[in-house]
Amino acid sequence: MLLEVENLNVYYGAIHALQGVSFNVEEGEIVTLIGANGAGKSTTLRTISGLLRSRTGHVKFKGMDISMMPAQQIVRLGASHVPEGRKIFSPLTVRENLLMGAFTRTDQTEIQRSMDRVFSSFPRLKERINQAGGTLSGGEQQMLATGRGMMSRPTLLMMDEPSMGLSPILVEEIFSIIKEINAAGTSILLVEQNASMALSISHRAYVLETGRIVLSGSAKEIAENPQVKSAYLGI
Amino acid sequence: MQQVSTPSQTTLPLVKPHTRLAWVGQLFFIVLGLAVVYILGKNLISNPTLFANIFISGLQLGFVYAMIALGYTMVYGIVKLINFAHGDVFMVGAFVSFFAVTRFNLHQWPLAVFPSIPPMVGVVIGSISVIILSMLICIMLAVTIERVAYKPLRDAPRIAALITAIGVSFFLEYFGALNFVFSPRFIPYERPFEVVAWYIKGGIHQVVPGTQPPDGSITFSNILLIIMLASVLVQIFLQFLVKRTKIGVAMRAASYDKQAARLMGIDVDSVISFTFAIGAAFAGLGGVLYAIAYSSIWSQLGILPGLKAFVAAVLGGIGSIPGAFVGALIMGQAESMTMGYISTPMRDAVAFTILIIVLLIRPTGIFGEPEKEKA
Repeated sequence: MLLEVENLNVYYGAIHALQGVSFNVEEGEIVTLIGANGAGKSTTLRTISGLLRSRTGHVKFKGMDISMMPAQQIVRLGASHVPEGRKIFSPLTVRENLLMGAFTRTDQTEIQRSMDRVFSSFPRLKERINQAGGTLSGGEQQMLATGRGMMSRPTLLMMDEPSMGLSPILVEEIFSIIKEINAAGTSILLVEQNASMALSISHRAYVLETGRIVLSGSAKEIAENPQVKSAYLGI
Repeated sequence: MQQVSTPSQTTLPLVKPHTRLAWVGQLFFIVLGLAVVYILGKNLISNPTLFANIFISGLQLGFVYAMIALGYTMVYGIVKLINFAHGDVFMVGAFVSFFAVTRFNLHQWPLAVFPSIPPMVGVVIGSISVIILSMLICIMLAVTIERVAYKPLRDAPRIAALITAIGVSFFLEYFGALNFVFSPRFIPYERPFEVVAWYIKGGIHQVVPGTQPPDGSITFSNILLIIMLASVLVQIFLQFLVKRTKIGVAMRAASYDKQAARLMGIDVDSVISFTFAIGAAFAGLGGVLYAIAYSSIWSQLGILPGLKAFVAAVLGGIGSIPGAFVGALIMGQAESMTMGYISTPMRDAVAFTILIIVLLIRPTGIFGEPEKEKA
C-alpha cells in the first residue's frame, strides 16, 4: 500500500474539521476525494503533506509513519502536493518555479531532463520560461503548479482542485495530463469539486461529508450511486 | 498619491478624509523639494570643492548604511519583521574587530607567521582576517537571536516579534554598556591599518600624515575606497545569490509564500536563519569599516546608523535589495548635506524627517510595490 490514512482528527481551533477520516491509495491508482465545499478535502491533503497535524491516527506513506514529519521531509520521501489555488511563486520566473519544485534534488542533468518533460507536456510553459509566474493566465498557472509538483519526481501526486477557475477546454487538457502522469507510474490523489470529471479518470473514490467519509468504492460505483448523482453530479 | 481602499462592512456613508486639503500637502512637498534643489544648486555653483567634499563624506556614510540596510530589507522580506536589533549586531561587529586588533593583534598574524611576506600583503590579509572574524561572530549572534527571540514568535501577531526585536536591541545596547563587556564609554579605536588620504588639486597627491591638505582641495581616503568597494561587492554578491543560486531562489520563494515553499521541500526555518546570517555578516563588515572610518566606538554605536539604515530601507522600498542600496546612498547624502549646509545636530532630524515624508507620500518606497492581497 502506498498511502494509508487512518483515523485522522484535525481541528481548526474549536472546529472539528476531520472526524476520523481513513482511506488508502494503492500504487498506480488515481483516487479521488469528492465532497462539497468545507467537507474537509483540502484539510485531508494538507494533513498528509505535513502542513496540518492530526490529533489521532496516523498517515503511512510507503510503510513509514509520516504523521509527525515536517512537510519538507515528506516531499523528499516522494509525496508531492499541488495546493489549492495553485500557489505559484508569483515573483519567480516559470523556470525558477520549476526549479523550486526540484528543490529536494541535486543532480543538475536529471533536473534538466525533468524540466524538459514538463515542457513537452505543457509547451506553453516553455514559451514563457523567463516570465514571472504571476503574469501567467489561470490555466497556465495550473500547468505550472502541476509541472512544479512533478519536478520532485513524486511517487504520489496530490492535486487539490486542479480544475478550479479553468475553462472546460483547459479542464479537459489538465485531466488528460493527469492521466498521462498516472500512466507513467505516478499514483494520484485527487481532490475535486468537479466530481464527474474526476470520477471519469479515477480508479476509486471516496465521498467526504462534513469531515467524514460517507461512501467509498470504485469510481464507477460511486458515479452510479443515486445519492452521489443528485448531490455531486447534478443529474 | 495612491489611496488604499479597504473593504468596509459598514453601511455608514464613508467620509473621505483629507481629499479637499490634499493639494496643500502636495504643494508643501513640491515647495520643499524645490527649496532643497535650490539650496544645493546654489552651493554647488558657489563652492564646487566644498560640495564635492560634502558629497564624498556622504558617499562614505551612504555605503556604510547600504551594508546595514540590506540586513533590514532581507529579513523584512522573508519574515516581515523589522529587526531592530540589527544595528546592535553592527555595533558588536565593530567591537569584535576592536578586541581582535587591540587584545590579540589578529591583524598582525600574517607577518608574525610568515615574516618574509611583504608588509602590505600582511596588512591586507590581517585586516581581512579581522573582518571575517567579526562577520562570523555577528552571524552566530544573529542566528542565536533569531532562534531564541524570534522563532518562538513566528506564528504570533507581528507586533509581538517587533516588540521583542526592540527588547533584544536594548538588551544588546545595555549589556554591552556593562563595564566587563564593552563599557559605557567611548573607546578610541585602533585601526588594523593606517588611513591614507589623498587630495585633488591639479592632480592627485597624498596627504602627508599629521598635516592638513591645502585649502580648496578635494580630499578622500583609502577608507572611502574600501567601503565603496566592499559595499558594491556585497551588492553584486547578493544579486548573484538571490538570482542565481538555489538557496537564493528559495529565499525569494519562502518570502512570497512559506507554506508553498515547504511543499517544495524547502526547510523554511533554515532559509530564515540563513537570511539572518547573511544580513548579520554584512552588518559585521559594515561595523568594522565604520569603526575604522570614524575611529571611536561605544556600546550604543549601532543605534543611529541602524535606524538610519532602516529609514534607507523604507525609502528604497522595504524588501527590495536594490532599494536598500539606493535608499542608503540618498540617506548618506541627505545627512552629509545637512551637516555641511545646515548644521551638524540637524543630521538626525533630517534623517527621520525623510522617514515621515516617505511614509506620507509613498509608503512603499522607491522600488516597493504595494503589498498584494494573498487569497
